[in-house]
Amino acid sequence: MPIQVLMPALSPTMEKGNLAKWLKKEGETIKSGDVIAEIETDKATMEVEATDEGTLGKILIPEGTADVAVNTPIATILADGESAADLAKAPAAPVPQPKAAEAPAAEAKAEAPQPAAKVPAAPVSEALPDPEIPAGTEMVTQTIREALRDAMAEEMRRDGDVFIMGEEVAEYQGAYKVTQGLLQEFGARRVIDTPITEHGFAGVGVGAAMAGLKPIVEFMTWNFAMQAIDQIINSAAKTLYMSGGQMGCSIVFRGPNGAAARVAAQHSQDYAAWYSQIPGLKVIAPYSAADYKGLLKAAIRDPNPVVFLENEMLYGHTGEVPKLPDFVVPIGKARIARAGKDVTIVSWAMGMSYALKAADELAKEGIEAEVIDLRTIRPMDTETIINSVKKTGRAVTVEEGWQQSGVGSEVASRIMEHAFDYLDAPVARVSGKDVPMPYAANLEKLALPSVAEVVAAAKAVSYR
Amino acid sequence: MATPKKTVAKESGQEKAGSPPEFSREQELKALRDMLLIRRFEEKAGQLYGMGAIGGFCHLYIGQEAVVVGMQMALKPGDEVITGYRDHGHMLACDMEAKGVMAELTGRRGGYSRGKGGSMHMFSKEKHFYGGHGIVGAQVSLGTGLAFANRYSGNDNVSVTYFGDGAANQGQVYESFNMAELWKLPVIYVIENNRYAMGTAVSRASAQQDFSKRGVSFNIPGKQVDGMDVRAVKAAADEATAWCRGGNGPIILEMQTYRYRGHSMSDPAKYRTREEVEKVRHDQDPIEQVRNRLLAAGVSEQDLKAIDAEVREIVNAAADFAQHDPEPDPSELYTDIYR
Repeated sequence: MPIQVLMPALSPTMEKGNLAKWLKKEGETIKSGDVIAEIETDKATMEVEATDEGTLGKILIPEGTADVAVNTPIATILADGESAADLAKAPAAPVPQPKAAEAPAAEAKAEAPQPAAKVPAAPVSEALPDPEIPAGTEMVTQTIREALRDAMAEEMRRDGDVFIMGEEVAEYQGAYKVTQGLLQEFGARRVIDTPITEHGFAGVGVGAAMAGLKPIVEFMTWNFAMQAIDQIINSAAKTLYMSGGQMGCSIVFRGPNGAAARVAAQHSQDYAAWYSQIPGLKVIAPYSAADYKGLLKAAIRDPNPVVFLENEMLYGHTGEVPKLPDFVVPIGKARIARAGKDVTIVSWAMGMSYALKAADELAKEGIEAEVIDLRTIRPMDTETIINSVKKTGRAVTVEEGWQQSGVGSEVASRIMEHAFDYLDAPVARVSGKDVPMPYAANLEKLALPSVAEVVAAAKAVSYR
Repeated sequence: MATPKKTVAKESGQEKAGSPPEFSREQELKALRDMLLIRRFEEKAGQLYGMGAIGGFCHLYIGQEAVVVGMQMALKPGDEVITGYRDHGHMLACDMEAKGVMAELTGRRGGYSRGKGGSMHMFSKEKHFYGGHGIVGAQVSLGTGLAFANRYSGNDNVSVTYFGDGAANQGQVYESFNMAELWKLPVIYVIENNRYAMGTAVSRASAQQDFSKRGVSFNIPGKQVDGMDVRAVKAAADEATAWCRGGNGPIILEMQTYRYRGHSMSDPAKYRTREEVEKVRHDQDPIEQVRNRLLAAGVSEQDLKAIDAEVREIVNAAADFAQHDPEPDPSELYTDIYR
């Protein structure tokens, strides 16, 4: 049967074009790959190659014709043994339109025109409660640095596929001593010093995870991970979706995040908001020593890519960690760090130190603040925030990061969406100032949030 | 770590030591069939794109078929393959089904990524094909990571990591080279030099145009290979896999090849002449080379036509499926984000 040549779409946006020139005449032999015509689009003149072989039977659209719609038959090709008499047999070659998947049965009331498929509801993540700590459990006082090390060591003992790689994690024992002792216990096969090549070793980690291993990739600080952000977002976070669920990536990217002390703009930045935007990533930023341990263990076991944001200033802080054989804190669950009835303060990571001190100050003035430690930024525990705001009617967010498009802004939006009618005052945001971090001690202090700012914000939303 | 004994010629550069080892008739027929499948598939994909059935970007592999087919003939089950966005040929060579690949191109639920990845993002864990990556050069670090996993697990699989002459200028390629040699990872870096990074000729983008030398400062051996001759590719791949399985670390194969079609579909092709394309097609076409050898060896035209017919049938069935399979269910919008 003769084959129809259709006006091709030569770009994703082309709807019509001009048939500028025919390069083959009727009756000429055509081989696959031969250029048969030239077409002008709004972008360029392009050549049309034949994909079938035979003889050019009939030219249906003469050269010089403008605005020929895509998919219009422009010529007919006769296969071997066919003649002009067969031309009439050419099929119209309709393009089958994709069958739009059926809308849910409840809405399929065969009324024309068909409504566009309804956007399905986004799934709501439900986190499990914290593990029960049996009465009488021994509490160990340890630094956050030790809690992190213990979490990694326990998971490495538990699962041979877990390994750690990064700059100075092995022989140097960790740039911030977080990996102290791991090389001695697990050896150089599983505790791997990398060259200073964040982009490269992040990609190597993701590739190893795609092959089924469970890497912990340490960035000396998250500032340097900007070199690797493409691999974190485009490769780690998106592959499960782009592979239709076939190929996931169980990997933890961890390291110190946020402002340290007197290291200026390139080394003092909070990435919580950046990574929290990405579907496919989980983002954790704990404050207490117990949460650092329990959440890092959860992150290592999680089958998804996890961004684990630590804080250098907190590494030396101590806290009580329950001495349990397997203490895992669920991802995605906020913690009420201090109960109160007058105002809700939502924070996480280093922001919690301002929030808790402010709550002490406020208590002296008769304001009982409820302080929520988010712990996980994505997925965010909206429920805990909303339940608190419904009780207090007032909310303040506290973060070291910048205000524009920050995590505090996200929290404020969720409160507005879910508890607007309960609010007695607009939500207040306390944040880092809208400047690159300065070096001078006095300016650096001004650039960061302060306890006084949190107290002032809490009083402002309480109209006191 | 002791330095293993090198068993492959260390010197980079052109090795034109006569013609490559002959193929058996069986090998010739397999190579012909596999290359034809890719070519017919890509021609059909181009056609479907022209009809509006395929959207977005669509990078065709026509002209480069000998590279993936020759490489694949040297691999064993378990070896991983990873590449960039010009990936349809690699998938077919890995024995992924034409139907599933084509249906992904049309964005249907029967596609390898259930319609959510498209031309540049397809995977098959079963066939050890690790994508399909849209960011130029990203697959080089990832492929090095696959090799890392092989080494970590103590198996003898090799990661075959493909990238183009354009990607070869990306920084992470060299970060990966460094780690691969440092840790002696079993990875074959296959640089498919098709002479143009999109519209930029190699001579306009690359200070070192001999890509086999790109590993010199890391002590990674390299070799230039006639990527239009499937026998030469297979021979180089045999050496390279033996090198990697022998614990010698990475190796680079520069495949000198050519893409007949545009970079993607909307390519005005102002950067090269029609004559240049025609000349390569006429003188070096990888499929014609095998066909001519088979005909000279006494295989009948009819037998070859039968292969073509078999391949066309697969491709037509794939195209038919890809146009009639439904789009993904709306509920798929929110699946596969987390496991």
